[in-house]
This record gives sequence, structure tokens and C-alpha cells, in this order.
Amino acid sequence: MDGTALPARPPRGLHRFANPGRFLRLAGRVQPWLTWPALVLTGIGLAWGLFVSPADWQQGDAVRILYVHVPSAWLASAGYVALAACSAAALVWRHPLADLAAAEISPVGAAFTALCLATGSLWGEPTWGTWWVWDARLTSVLVLFFLYAGHIALLHAFDDPQRGSRMAAVLALVGVVNLPIIKFSVDWWNTLHQPATITLTGAPSMAPSMAWPLLAASLGYTLAFAAIVTARTRAAVLERRARALLAARVEAA
Amino acid sequence: MNHAEFVLPAYALGVLVPAWFATAAALRLRRAKRVLAALEPAQGRGGRRA
Repeated sequence: MDGTALPARPPRGLHRFANPGRFLRLAGRVQPWLTWPALVLTGIGLAWGLFVSPADWQQGDAVRILYVHVPSAWLASAGYVALAACSAAALVWRHPLADLAAAEISPVGAAFTALCLATGSLWGEPTWGTWWVWDARLTSVLVLFFLYAGHIALLHAFDDPQRGSRMAAVLALVGVVNLPIIKFSVDWWNTLHQPATITLTGAPSMAPSMAWPLLAASLGYTLAFAAIVTARTRAAVLERRARALLAARVEAA
Repeated sequence: MNHAEFVLPAYALGVLVPAWFATAAALRLRRAKRVLAALEPAQGRGGRRA
């Protein structure tokens, strides 16, 4: 594939974004709207969390790790949902962009999962008295990191890149089973980790002075994740097109 | 600030990890645009508009 191929079916719904040229035009327009709000919101959220929001009566200032840990934990899971969605699109519809996007999501998702684990460890030592414990939530997030790492490894494990992409996509889809385990681990098992403080259905059991900076940081990190993945995918599309042009020149020579 | 030895490394990681990935992605995108512009200077499609 030369990166410029048109979709095999009439462009309808999401299928029209499978055209790399159309994706490049759209992503080029969207990129600044992701990047600059990401910088502003992340800056506001982290500064608010570090300097303005109150310390916890029990945990003291260690609670400020919340403003880095929770967004990275959210993106570890959300990034995996995006990876699985791209993998499904690549397997089912053979979208030319889906494989590329999945390959660009997994390193970023792995980095945010590692960030979640590292900040959780830094939070665990002053509050639980230990850097690590093999509890259900921590272990399932570690498994998520290994799933990302496995996806990256499988992409490069075969001489035929398409076979590697297919195997990696299958792993990504199988790994989806880990997401509800992460989410409900704190309800299903007795763990050191606290249950969810913020849910989609109920009011947050957190003071607004802490909830607002957390919301700002979470939005900022989410936009940053999207901006990074968008830039990486744009670069991957352009690199593929450049490789195809070079190959055509070599063939013509 | 108490627990600064835990809080500050967490914030440093929280800034440096995304910043490193964002910078690497921006540099990679710029390099890819340059390579493509060198390969298809006449058309000026895709890479320049992207």
C-alpha cells in the first residue's frame, strides 16, 4: 500500500476517514486545537493542584500526586480502548489508517500506563507504607502495561509487517477483557486501592477545590494524548508515502 | 510542603513524559514533511498541507 490508496468502498460514515489524504487534511486542521488547549489546561491543572488546592487532612501534601496519577490512569485505559477500536477496524474493515494509528497509540499508551504505575508507587509509599503490593488494581494495571508492551513487540516480531499487525491487533482485542477487571477490581476484591471517587452517574465524593483542578488536568492530559497520537499518525502516513515514492523511483530507475 | 520527595518526582514525571513524547512526535512530523517535500516538490501535496 502506498499510503494514498482510496478506500475500497464508497465513503460513508467513518470509512471516509480511511483515506490518508483526507485524514492528513483533517488532522492538520485539528492538531492546533488539540495541542494548545492541552498545554494550557495541563499547566493550569498541575499548577492548581500543586500550589492552590488544599492538602488532605490525612495524607497531607501527598494527595497532590492525585492530579498526575488519576489522569494518567484514565488515559492508560482510554488509550487501550482506542487501541482496541483501531485494531478491530484494521481486522474487520482493513482500514489503511487503522493499523498505523494502532501502532502509534500503543507506545503512548504504554508510557501513560508506566506513568500511572510510577506515580501510584510514589503515592503508595507515604500513604500505604509500601511502594508496591500485589493487589488486584495494581496488578491488573501492570498487566495492561504488559499488553501494550506485547502489542509493540508483536508489531516488530514478524518479517511480514502485515502479519505482525494482525497478530498485534488480535492481542489488543483479547486484552480488552482486562479493562473491566481494572475498573471493578476495587469492588470485586479487598484491595489497598480506594474505590472510584468520581463516577459518570453520581456526584463526586471530592471537594470542588480538588475536583476542579483534577478535571482541568484530566482534560489537558487527554488532549495531550490525542495531540501526540495525531502527530505520530500524521508522521507515519507521510513516512509511508515517502517510502512508496522512493520505492517507485527505485523501480523506475 | 510535606512529602515533597514523593510529590515533586511525580510532577516531574507527569511533565517530562508527555513533553518528551510530544517533542519527539513534533520532530518526527517535521522530518517526515521535509523528506516528502524533497521527494515530491512539484506536486506539493499532502505533506505540505498536513
